[in-house]
Order: sequence, then structure tokens, then C-alpha cells
Amino acid sequence: MDLITAENVCKDYSTGKVTVRALEDVSFGIDAGSFVSFVGPSGSGKTTLLNLIGCLDRPTQGKITVAGTDVQRLDRRNGALFRGKNIGFIFQDFNLIPVLTVYENVEYPLVMVKGVEIKDRRKRVMELIEEVGIAAEKDKYPDQLSGGQKQRVAVARALVTAPKLVLADEPTANLDSQTAARIIDLMKKMRDIQGTTFIFSTHDMRIVGAVEVIHTLRDGKLVDTENSTGTKEGEHHV
Amino acid sequence: MFKLVKIAIRNLFRYRRRTLLTMSLITIGVAFVLVFVSVTASFKSMMVGEITDSMLGHIQIHKKGYVASIDNLPLNLNLKPGQLQKVENALAGIPKIEAYSPRLKFGGVFSNFVDSTNVRLNAVDPEKEMATVPLLASRIINGKKTIEPGEILVPELLARGMKVEVGDIAVVVATNEDGSVNGYQFTVGGIVSSVTGPGGRDGYIHIEDGRQILRLDEPEVSEVAIRLEKLAALDDVEARLQETLGRETNPSGKPVFEIHTWKKLTPFFNVVRMIDIMTFFIKLMLIAIVLISVMNVMIMAVYERTREIGTIAAIGTLPGRILSLFVFEGLSLGILGAVSGTVLGSLAIVVLNASKVRFSFGRAQGLILNAGIDPIDVLTIGLIVIAVAVLAGFRPAFRASRLEPVEALRHV
Repeated sequence: MDLITAENVCKDYSTGKVTVRALEDVSFGIDAGSFVSFVGPSGSGKTTLLNLIGCLDRPTQGKITVAGTDVQRLDRRNGALFRGKNIGFIFQDFNLIPVLTVYENVEYPLVMVKGVEIKDRRKRVMELIEEVGIAAEKDKYPDQLSGGQKQRVAVARALVTAPKLVLADEPTANLDSQTAARIIDLMKKMRDIQGTTFIFSTHDMRIVGAVEVIHTLRDGKLVDTENSTGTKEGEHHV
Repeated sequence: MFKLVKIAIRNLFRYRRRTLLTMSLITIGVAFVLVFVSVTASFKSMMVGEITDSMLGHIQIHKKGYVASIDNLPLNLNLKPGQLQKVENALAGIPKIEAYSPRLKFGGVFSNFVDSTNVRLNAVDPEKEMATVPLLASRIINGKKTIEPGEILVPELLARGMKVEVGDIAVVVATNEDGSVNGYQFTVGGIVSSVTGPGGRDGYIHIEDGRQILRLDEPEVSEVAIRLEKLAALDDVEARLQETLGRETNPSGKPVFEIHTWKKLTPFFNVVRMIDIMTFFIKLMLIAIVLISVMNVMIMAVYERTREIGTIAAIGTLPGRILSLFVFEGLSLGILGAVSGTVLGSLAIVVLNASKVRFSFGRAQGLILNAGIDPIDVLTIGLIVIAVAVLAGFRPAFRASRLEPVEALRHV
């Protein structure tokens, strides 16, 4: 069953009198528990699409449904509630909160978003930071960590609420090859353990090689969808 | 809530130098206002004390119309015995009154058999007068600290000008209400200094002597001066007197009495008001300092942390929580500034008192500044600072809570 469906999605950006179409008539479906990547050159619309799936932005036309919810209908507050409950984010620049320790960064969504009791919180956070291999650094602040360690914290933070979906925008862009490979393995492992759907926006071939479905975007259009077996599902809107 | 406060405080000290600079500004502002309020309050209370405890009393009761022509000391507007009795009955029913003194006031001519000059005479019961204006005794710079029948306390400047000394014989000539003139011989019992500096012409005699000079058939008085146990009860006692005596009317339906507090009887009240206005403007300056400095810090914080706001919003932090996070930062800044300012201000007041600063007011020389501050003032100033800090932080906090996550995440 599709966790996400996009139907004829368009997104325009206006800069003064100029309107730029970032996405044009994009349609696709993503199954729950899958490992999916959107690829394409810079400016092809990958990040825009991830923002729409993540309820951070609204399509100009068309419809996106995530976990059965039409995200266009969510207002600011309900959008935040929906994201807190269903979606985890991993950013290219890690985006950790600098005044919080590793433990507190991972704990943050449980405290500030979900209001989980301290006992359950501690158990869940410790499980995850051990799982991603940063338990020894739990009392360190982000500026005391390496890039790979920061991204591990970001992965743990994205997964701590056990979301249905994790959106990762260029998660390996700032990492060396070895660290990037470890992070990809880690995310795949977490998908296998928790059944979380991972969607990447990337042009990193290491991720592209690891995912099960690759959607290719060019100039805001979805031009190709290919699964890991190399089977093309057909060209779209070329 | 605890986590929210913890994050807010950590965020504040993330930009340590800026926060400490802003906090110092608030601290110095609060300390300065506390010192200013305590010094002016001390000066005010000494000034008011000098005036009320030396001469005026806290409240005066006259026959209606007396104060309007007080410079003429009109004898036809004296309180008759029946009216004085009513006043005394009313005063007996008010527990906050410490003492009162009926006074008979009139103008006369003072002569030392060589020269003569005008004098204003206060004929008083010495015990009641000393209880009502306890600083009167300290104003007697030569002679006995009381007023015996047959003796007169001569104003200092008049005594100096006419070369009168304690023990000399003098004559007072006065005209009574019917126009007949009477003279009375006194021994100079003492020299009395003026409250408001040189130029005072108020002398004192015993009330029985006053009645004899004016040939009064019955014991009438010009005014009743009242001293309260605490000056803070002034408005309350005045209101109660207005309720009782203020409603007394004569057969033609017009009020019999008029009741005035010291504020209406001396121009020094305007000085007191000026001090209050200055204090008000100093407080306004403090508000402006807190408002601008906290707002500046918060606007910078929101601008610099826009991307971070985008991150926490994307994670699912509700707009209200983001608002609270920034409001708590303003609140924390206000609390820290108010507390440290109060500590610094209190220390400055202690140092000021220990250094025994002296000043003069009127004839009173070498008054020692006794700066003290009402805990309610401390609390009010603290609360104002905290409230203004929250208010200053609210606008940037609101802006932070309304940021679109996608826009905020794009911020560089």
C-alpha cells in the first residue's frame, strides 16, 4: 500500500514579477517501508519535492497524500503536529541544536514534540544512540563532534519518535566516503529494524546504489523511475 | 516547562558577551533607579518631616473660608467653643491620630520699648503643640524648650534685628475682632528659628495669654493642627474627617469646617511633586533601556537562529512552543537583570548610608541622608523590568513562531 501518493503536483515560486515552475505535473507512489531516492541535477526540484512530502511547503497544484492525509489541508499547527508524529528529517548540514548535548538533541522531539515521560524517553534515546554508535559521545555538544558523528545524531533524532517516514536531503553531501557508507548502512539497518520509509534527495551515487527505487527528476519533471533490479517502471511526462 | 527554561537560558549564554552586556545595562539601570528612589524618598521624607513636625502638623482644620484669607489671620473666622468641641469629638473617634493642638493665631506689633515691628503670633497649649509638632522644641535655639504663661518665643531674625535676648521684657499690641487695641507685657522666654529659613515672623505665646490679649469671652481657636501616628494614613484620616466634619453645615446650609492636609498648606508640596515626577521619568528611562536592549538582543537572536527555528519547526515543534522559547529568553534576561540590579542597588544604598552623606534643608543643617527603600518599590521596579523584558521579547518571539519552516531552513 502506498504511504505517499503524489498526483499531478506542480509548484511555482514567485520572485517579484517572475514566476518559476520548480515542479511540473509530478505523480508517483511510494510504498511503506521502502528505501527511495530522488535523483537529478541541482535545480531539478528534488528538495522542493521533499519539502512538499514533508509538509513544509504546499503544492501550487495537484495533491500529495502522506499516510492517508492530504497535506495541503494542514494549517501551521496541524502541520507541525503531523510532522512530529509521522515524519523525521535528516538535513545535509545536520542542523543539530548547538546548545543541546548529543543526548538532548536526540531527546528533543520526545520532549518538545511528543511529551513522552522521562523514563520511556531515557530508554528510547539510549537505545537509539547505542544503535547508531554514539553512546560514548552522549554528553558532548555538536561542536565537539565530527561530521559523521553529527549525522549519526541527526539519524537518531529523526528516528527517535518512530516515524513512518524519514526524509533525508543530501545526507551524505558533507561526509567522506567511508563515513557516508556507514551512515547509509545505518539508515538501511534502521529501516530493517523499524520498518521506516526512507526518502532521499541526492546525487550521491553511493546512496543511489543502495536504494530500492530511484526517481529521476529533470527540470522539475519526473522523467524516470527505476527499481533496484534495473526494471524501469516507465517514463513519465517527458 | 523546565526543559524550555533550560534551553532558553543556554541560548542566552550562547552569545555570552552580548547577553552580559545587555544584562549589565539592565543591572546598572535597576541599581541606579533603586538608589535614586531611595535617596529622593529619604530627602522627601526629611523635607516633609521638617515641615510637618516643625510647624504645620499633618492635617489642619479651620472654619470654612479661613485658609483663603490666611495671610490676614482673620479673627472673625475663628472656631467657636461648640465647633471646637465637635472637632475634638470627631478626632476622638479616629484611632490613627497621635496628637492635636488647637491654635489661636493673630497679628500684632512687637515692641522692645525702642523699636517696634509686626509679628504673627501663635498662641498654643505647649504640651499639645510639642506633641503635635515635635521638632518645635529643637527650633528653640536660646532659652527654655517650652512656652510658659507670660513668656514669648521671638522669631530669630526679629530678635536679631531688634537686639532682643532671652530674659528681656517686650510688649505685644494687638487688635481684637471688635477693633479694640490691647497691649500685653511678656518676658522673652526663647528665640525660635524659622522652618523655611530667615524671614519667618512666627512667634509663640501661651494660649491663655493669647485669649487675654484678644479679650476673648470664650475659648475660641483659629485652627486645630493634627499629627498622625503614620503619615501613610493621611488620605484615610482626611477622608474620615471629611465624612464627619466636612458634612457639618450651618443653618444656611453652608459647610462649617474646612479640612486640609499639609499638601494644600505649603508650597513645598510642589517640590515633593517635582521629585515624584523626576522619579517617574527616571523609571521611564529604565523601561526604555530594558525595552530597547532586550528587544535588540531578541531580534538578533531570532535573525541569527532563523535556520535553527526552521529545524525545530520542521521536527514538529508547535508555534506556541517556539514563541515560549523566545519569550522565556526575554523573561530570563529580565529576571537576571532585575535580581542583579537589586543586589547592586542595595549594596550601593548600604555604602551610601555608611558614608553618612550630609545635607541642609532650610535652617536644618547637617541632616544625615538615611536612604532606605520600601520593599514594595523594589518589587514594583523588579516586576516592571521583568514585564518590559517579556514585552520586548514578545514581538521577535512571535515573528519566530510565525516563520515558515521551509523559508527558515533556506536562511543563510
